[in-house]
Parts: sequence; C-alpha cells; structure tokens
Amino acid sequence: MNDLPLSLFLVLALVLFCVGLYGALSKRNAVIVLISIELMLNAVNLNLVAFSKYGVIPSIKGQVFALFTITVAAAEAAVGLAILFALYRTRGTVNVDDMDDLKN
Amino acid sequence: MVDYAWLVPLFPLLSFVILLFFGQRWRSGAAYTGVILTFLSFVVAVTVLIDQIGGSTAAVTFDWLRIGDTVLSMGFAVQPLNALMLALVAFVSFLVQLYSKGYMAEDPRIGIFFAYLGLFTFSMLALVISPNLLQFYIFWELVGVCSFLLIGFYYYKEEAKAAAKKAFIVTRIGDVALFIGMILLFWQAGSFAFADIFEAVEAGNIAPGMVTLTAILIFVGAVGKSGQFPLHTWLPDAMEGPTPVSALIHAATMVAAGVYLVALMYPLYLASSAAMLTVAIVGGFTAIFAASIGLVQRDVKRVLAYSTVSQLGYMMLALGVGGYVAGVFHLMTHAFFKALLFLAAGSVIHAVNTQDIEKMGGLWKKLRFTGPLFLAGALAISGFPLLSGFFSKDEIFVATLGAGRWILFAIALIAAFFTAFYMFRLFFLIFQGEARHEEKDVYESPGSMLVPMIVLGVCAVLGGYVNTAWFGTFLADWFGSSTNSLGIDESGGSPGVTIIATVVVLGGIYLAWLIYGKRAISREWLSGRVPWVHKVLYRKYYVDEGYHHTIVWFTSGFSRFLGFFDRFFVNGLVELSAVLVRAVGGMVRRLQSGQVQTYGTVVLIGFVVVILIMAVTGGYFQ
Repeated sequence: MNDLPLSLFLVLALVLFCVGLYGALSKRNAVIVLISIELMLNAVNLNLVAFSKYGVIPSIKGQVFALFTITVAAAEAAVGLAILFALYRTRGTVNVDDMDDLKN
Repeated sequence: MVDYAWLVPLFPLLSFVILLFFGQRWRSGAAYTGVILTFLSFVVAVTVLIDQIGGSTAAVTFDWLRIGDTVLSMGFAVQPLNALMLALVAFVSFLVQLYSKGYMAEDPRIGIFFAYLGLFTFSMLALVISPNLLQFYIFWELVGVCSFLLIGFYYYKEEAKAAAKKAFIVTRIGDVALFIGMILLFWQAGSFAFADIFEAVEAGNIAPGMVTLTAILIFVGAVGKSGQFPLHTWLPDAMEGPTPVSALIHAATMVAAGVYLVALMYPLYLASSAAMLTVAIVGGFTAIFAASIGLVQRDVKRVLAYSTVSQLGYMMLALGVGGYVAGVFHLMTHAFFKALLFLAAGSVIHAVNTQDIEKMGGLWKKLRFTGPLFLAGALAISGFPLLSGFFSKDEIFVATLGAGRWILFAIALIAAFFTAFYMFRLFFLIFQGEARHEEKDVYESPGSMLVPMIVLGVCAVLGGYVNTAWFGTFLADWFGSSTNSLGIDESGGSPGVTIIATVVVLGGIYLAWLIYGKRAISREWLSGRVPWVHKVLYRKYYVDEGYHHTIVWFTSGFSRFLGFFDRFFVNGLVELSAVLVRAVGGMVRRLQSGQVQTYGTVVLIGFVVVILIMAVTGGYFQ
C-alpha cells in the first residue's frame, strides 16, 4: 500500500465527484439525482481517508469524519427517498423538471 | 363699535359653514339661516358705520408670517370708504338673500345656493376691511371663485357652464396684472400694507415710472373685475346665473370690488397723471361702448348687464378725473337702483317665464308692485331729476368738466342719453302695449320678494340726498374730514351742467316713449336705413367673435400643440422607460426558473469562474 502515491487517490476522488456532479445536474430522474449525490459524498470520503493517511500531519481524525459522513449520508438518503416517495404518491412523477412549485 | 368690524364678515362665513353641513337637507331652514345671519352682519355693519361717521377709526394687525426680516401681517381696518362699503354690501346682500328665499323656493339645491351666497358675502366683506394688499388679494380671488360657483349654479345648462368658465378666466387675466402690480409695490415699498405703500408714494421713494406702471397694472385688475373694456365680455354672459346672483354680482359685490380697489389705491393714482388719464379714458369709453350695445339687446337681463358695465365706466371716469367722492357716490346709488332693477326684472321673469322683452308687454296692470318699482329704478338710473342717480351722475359731469376733459364730458352726456333711452325702451316694452307673452295667469311675486324691492326702491329714490349741492354734501364732508390728502374736490355743482344733463335725460326718455310707447316713430326707422349699425350693435361690436378668432384660437391651438407634444413626446419617453424595464425584467425572470438543477449549474459556473480568477491572479491571499 505504501508505494501508491496520494495523487492516485485524489484523481479517483475527482473523477467520482465529477461523475456525481454531472449526474446531479443533468439527470431528470430524481432517484438518479439522489444516487449521484451519494457518489459525490463518497468522493469526499475518499479524500478524507487519503489525507488522514498521507497528509502533512497524519491522524485518525479523517477516518472518524468519514464514518460520520457515511452515517449522515445514510440518514439523508433515507429522508430523501421518503420525500421522493411522498412526491411520487401525490404527483405521480419523479421528474425533477416538474418540481418547480417554489417558483409560483 | 369699529373694533368689532371683524364680526361683520364672520356671520356670513358662519352661515356658509352651517349650510355646508346641513344645506343638503334643509330647504326653508337654509334660507332662514342665510337671511338671519346676514341680517346680523348688516346690523353690526350699520353700527360700525354710525361709529365711523362719529369719527372713530380702527386698524388692527397681527403678524401672520415672518420670513427673515419681513413680516406679513393680517388684520382689519375701518375708514370712511370701507365702512360705507361694509354697510352697503351687507345691506344689499341681506336684501338679495331675502329675495332669494322667494325666488329660489322651488329649486332643489336651495341649501347649496344659500351656502354659496354666504361665502360670497363673506369674501366681499372681508375684502373690504383688508388692511393690506395681500389679504385683499386673497379675498379678491375668493370673490372670483364664488362668482364662478354662482354663475355656474345651473351647471346642467351648457351656457351657464361656459359663462362660469368665461367669467373666471377673463377676470383671471386682470388678476394676474393685479398680482404683478402688487408684487412690484411690495418690492418698492417693502410692505403690503396700504398705509406703508401710500407713505412711500407720497415720500417719493418710488420712481414716477414705477408708480404709473403699478397703478396701471392694478387698474387692469380692476378692469377685469369691474367688467371694463376690453375685459367686459364675461359680465353679460354672467346673466346665466340665477337672477338674485346677477343682482348681487352687479350691485354690491363682485363688480364693485374693482371700483373699490381704484378708490382704495387713490393716493397711488393721484401720484401719476398718466394712470389717472388711463382710468378716465377706459371708463369713459366703456360707458358709451356698453350703453350703445344695451340699446338693441333683446334679453332684459343682458340690457341690465350692459347698463352695469356702462355705469361702472361712469365710476371709473369719475375716479379718473379726480372725482373721488363722485365715483364712490355713484357706486353707492348704483348699488341701490341696479339691485332694484335686477330684482324687479327677476320678478318679471318669475311671472312670465321668459327673458325676451319682445315676449312681454302690458304687464303694468298685472304686476301692481313690480311695475312702479321698476319705473323708480329706471328713472333713478337714467338720472331723472331729484332721484338718486340724478345727483351722483351730476357730480360725475361736474368733476369731468372741472378737470377740463371736454371730450369725456361729451361722451358721458351721450352715454347718459343712451342710458335713459334703453332703460325706457325696456320699461315700455315690458310694461306697456299689448301682452305678447304666452303665460296664461301672470301673478305678482310673493312678499319675501316684494319687501326687498320696496326697501331698495325707497333707497333708489332717496339715496341721493346724502350728497347734493342743494341740501348738503354730507358724503363729501365725511370723506374730506378724514382723508384730506386725497385731494377731494369740493365743487358744489354747477347749474348749467345740471340743466344740460336733465335735458339730455328727458330727451332720451321722450325718444324712447315716441318709439316704444306712443309708436309715433317706427322701430325700424334707424335699423331699416342703416342695418349694419343695428347688426354691429346687436352682435356687441363683434368683440366676442374677435376674441374667439384671435386669442382663443391661438391659445387653444397652442395648447393643442402642447397636448400633442405631451402625448407623443413626453409620454413616449415615459413609455420607453417602462418598456425597457419590462424587457430587462423578462430576461432576468428566465433565471428564476424554479429548477434546482439550473441553480446548481449556475453555482458551479460561478465556482469555476472564481477558481479561474484565483488561478490567473495567483490566489486570494497574495
């Protein structure tokens, strides 16, 4: 493990984040948008873990933060899916473009 | 009592305020309110007059507005001239209101009518006791507003609306000149108070040219208000108002204000012979000009209106030739007999429901009271010997001759001939001959209309004896006792002038009798031979048409151009800005799509831009 450079982890995280960002901004299906957001969160987790190992002052704190993020992300995913479910029941659609009620 | 002179205008004001609140509901109650309060005002005015004749004067002022070192004051003053005017205005106003109670009894808006009358009387009374020009001007304008309201009282009649507007606009022209004159005087004398202005004029602190200029500007204001040529056109049209209003406007209030103004500012005129000459010439010309129009008009009220214009011309002529007492004296007697004539004409109109004298006739036997009263008024205004108009006109002739104005004297004599002629043309056509009216049962007016006429009739007959060459010149003595500086003529009269004037007047009456009474001379004798003379006179010298094709045409054309400019240029600019804002708003509105993903994209783009800037500049923390 030691011979792998930090940049590899960072590049992987960057790619994951960009894929997630693209999905969150461009997909019409709300479920896919949620999944994309999870992807971005995981990219961040990867960064945290990588810096806790290779950072200027290595410490365990980064991994603890990653665990926190995973927990919060799980709760967020549950709430997000519940909202989507309620929306689908009342509206009969999961299309993000139709969800512009705040505009009016 | 002179210290309570301020009470006099307050009663009519009270009447106005009360009727403003309750006038819509009251009918005879409104009439009683107006009549009683005006009567109280008249009583106070008479006590003030008696007290003033006893020699006491009043001048109360208080600071109203302080601008830097300049103090504008308000207050009231009582001198012989305005004490006389106070009593005269309150007297005529009281009688006219009493008359209106009968005349307007069937009008649904009688309450409003009496409210307007109250405001009108208040304005005129307050104008009379003003001690400075500014306060004077305020009430001067209020009088104008009230005349507008009263002339346009029958606002559903197109002619009444037009006449009200015309009266307001034409007098406005004079008011602007008065205002300029007032400001110039304030600039020169440093005060609006009459006393200060006269002091400055007498001390020679104002350049002679400026004195003449301000005197003429103020005279233009009086020309507008008193219906002198060339601003006389509103006065005959003002006949569209109810007849009591005509009596009030023509006898004691509105038109008298102009003559009163000139009399009030007399020291200013005495300081400028050019201004005096202007006043005399305009007055003399108006006297004969209006009298000649009055010869041929067919509407009884119009004839009386032109007669008013002509008589006001006499007053101006008297003032212009130095006959201060003669002018004021004629103002007083004119108030009596002109009010009487209008009220009598109103009584006739009330009886036969027409104003066309060709449709009257033979009313002498049917109107047992109105007929003799009208005759008394006609004799008085013509200057029949021993009636009030005889003495006051005589004074004017003497003053004119005394000043050496031969041409004006001749004009005044011819105008007196015309006056006698048209008054008796009216009398014979209305009361003599066969009945030409369509009304079946002609009946005499009720008592509330007859009583004021009888009182005025007595005044018209006897009013002249306050100042005669034979029995004593009380009026001249009274004015002379307190205002020596006015250079009042003490001319006792001249028998020669009296005889000439009497012959002229009797000649006018005799000619009218020959044509309209005895019918010895055909009515078409003159109009048949020179028809254009009759036509020109009947069309009032085409003055209205002339104004219409020049000033009115130009003004309305110019205002149409301005309206066009406003609509298409100014309004276009405004609309352009509105369109611009709307277009920008429409563009910005697109951004607020409500799409979360769009917002996210915008945030991302912004973030990228920030990163790029930082990369180029080398970072924020540099």
